[in-house]
Amino acid sequence: MSASVTAERKPSRFATAAWRERAEEALLPPLVALLVALICGDLLILSYGQSPLEVYSLLIEGTWGNAYGFGQVLYKATTLTFTGLAVSFGLRAGLFNIGGESQLAAGGFAAALAGLALPGTTPLILALPLCIIAAGAAGGLVGAVPAILKTRFGAHEVIVTIMLNFIVLAFLNWMIAEHLHVPETLHTPEIRAGALPRLADMFPAFHGSAANLAMIVVLAVAIAVWFYLFRTSGGYGLRAVGLQPDAAEYGGISVGRVWLKALTVSGVIAGMGGINYVLGYKHYYEDGFAAGAGFLGIAVALVGRSNPFGVIIAAFFFATLSQGGLAIHAFVPKQMMDVLQAVVILAVAMSVPEVRRVLRGSRRRSDA
Amino acid sequence: MNAVDFLTQTIRIAIPYLFAASGGVIAERAGIVSLTLEGFMLSGAFGAALGTHYSGNPVVGVLSGVLCALIFSLIHALATIRYRADQVVVGVAVNLLAIGITRFFLKLAFDSSSNSPRVAGFGGNMQAAGFDNPLLWLGLLVAPLVAFVIYRTPYGLRVRAAGDHPDAAESVGVSVKRVRWIAVAASGILAGLGGVYLALDQHQFTDQMTAGRGFIAISAVIFGRWNPIRAALACLLFAAAETLQIQLQGSHAIPSQFIEMIPYVLTIIALAGVVGRSVAPAALGKAAD
Repeated sequence: MSASVTAERKPSRFATAAWRERAEEALLPPLVALLVALICGDLLILSYGQSPLEVYSLLIEGTWGNAYGFGQVLYKATTLTFTGLAVSFGLRAGLFNIGGESQLAAGGFAAALAGLALPGTTPLILALPLCIIAAGAAGGLVGAVPAILKTRFGAHEVIVTIMLNFIVLAFLNWMIAEHLHVPETLHTPEIRAGALPRLADMFPAFHGSAANLAMIVVLAVAIAVWFYLFRTSGGYGLRAVGLQPDAAEYGGISVGRVWLKALTVSGVIAGMGGINYVLGYKHYYEDGFAAGAGFLGIAVALVGRSNPFGVIIAAFFFATLSQGGLAIHAFVPKQMMDVLQAVVILAVAMSVPEVRRVLRGSRRRSDA
Repeated sequence: MNAVDFLTQTIRIAIPYLFAASGGVIAERAGIVSLTLEGFMLSGAFGAALGTHYSGNPVVGVLSGVLCALIFSLIHALATIRYRADQVVVGVAVNLLAIGITRFFLKLAFDSSSNSPRVAGFGGNMQAAGFDNPLLWLGLLVAPLVAFVIYRTPYGLRVRAAGDHPDAAESVGVSVKRVRWIAVAASGILAGLGGVYLALDQHQFTDQMTAGRGFIAISAVIFGRWNPIRAALACLLFAAAETLQIQLQGSHAIPSQFIEMIPYVLTIIALAGVVGRSVAPAALGKAAD
């Protein structure tokens, strides 16, 4: 273990070669996916009788080309980074958390409850951590269920998290519809404490966009996840379980405990994502606010190759697609972006094993 | 409402589940994770509405619906079997793709983001209460049919071998990949028929009209321990709960959300092994060489 760490740091000839191989294996699939998505996008645009070049330039113009569009991309990327980090954390331990959708919703709900319960005079410096803790605890609670069922009974986490999505979302729907809604709506009253300042408060150019200080929180979470995974022995053990659970167990790591930790923390991270909407944007919890961001976290983790910084880049990519859909809607239905998101996931999923096989095959040939 | 009405309504609700769960059993017994049933159903429903709209004939709608679902299942097979992609990821992607493509073409074909125009369907005699629809009878027969194929035919033996002991199957000359391709295609056709039934029964396609039915079907597969007959009984049980929920609406005896949870809670309980352990095929989700 210590040998490999020092090898990574010393730029010896072998270490650079290994690093380049890893980079190739990590970067090629997303690039292939981008190319495939561009071609599919062309076909869809042409099927609607529009010019791909014009539509794509509109897409860029409406997202990165002006402050409002960019603010919206920032806002959407923030939630997606939370859910992408959550899925990545599980994946690093070899576990698939498909429950991001309900964990995100539960986190947002808990953040709203905390914001409602606190007196309106609570300073943000106190209210924010309390709301974040509430959000993380709710997400972690949902994440702990598949964790316990997996370690205790061997129930597969994929099925359990999918089933839990339906259960938790139905429960939250009941809570809102029967108990907590403002009449004629499906959302809670406005929170009294914990509302985050928006980017537009500091930079008027962002006026109207939902970007807010939650993005600082997510950046901190991303750095913390990276540090834990790659710079602590706990993270090393977690990755070891993800690569080879049997070998890790033999090496003295309690696989069950790692699974428990990985799925629970994954739920915590997804739950914290709820603050972006509740504290940062609407200042209330609304039924159905997650709107697929939890599921898209799977795509973000996959394209970001489960690396926290890759996740941030991937989150920006998917946020751009989602916001870009609105920018082009007058010419091509925004539903085109739903298709492209799925195409990107499929292309990455298909090219990861293929790229590895081809690269390793060619290396073996050049070695021989 | 009397017992006969309750039973007929339960059966009508169960038909899409019966189709999809039967497809799910075949694919999962062959070792391929069936998170895609939802997407297959949705594309089948859209294809049925599209085909029936342009031809005016529901039979054409059935064929085009099955064809659409088949195309999606072949994408699923290509990704998971040929390219050995992660089956869970592909499952999520295929479902998103089905939502996206049906939305895009709903806009393109009918210029709507919510629903297609009204289309023809089968039967429609009020007295028959839906039982003059040949698809309903097919839906009732499909589970015994799948049980026969899986337990009583050479192909069924290969399906079970591909899902439990792919290496052993390969060693006696069975092409696991081919068995799996056929199983996934069959699951696409069957789940697609579930979607076709849904669209023709409601006489239109609406955005995301399957509304999680594919996942209820997966629940039925797991709750039925990957046995087609038990899965079919689970489908009927879940449909009965839904019928009950419709009956109770307005009475506020039990909130409808809690009845909605029943299939999912039962599935988790089954997976946790509280009432008889639910054990998946041994090689479920593992790519074959």
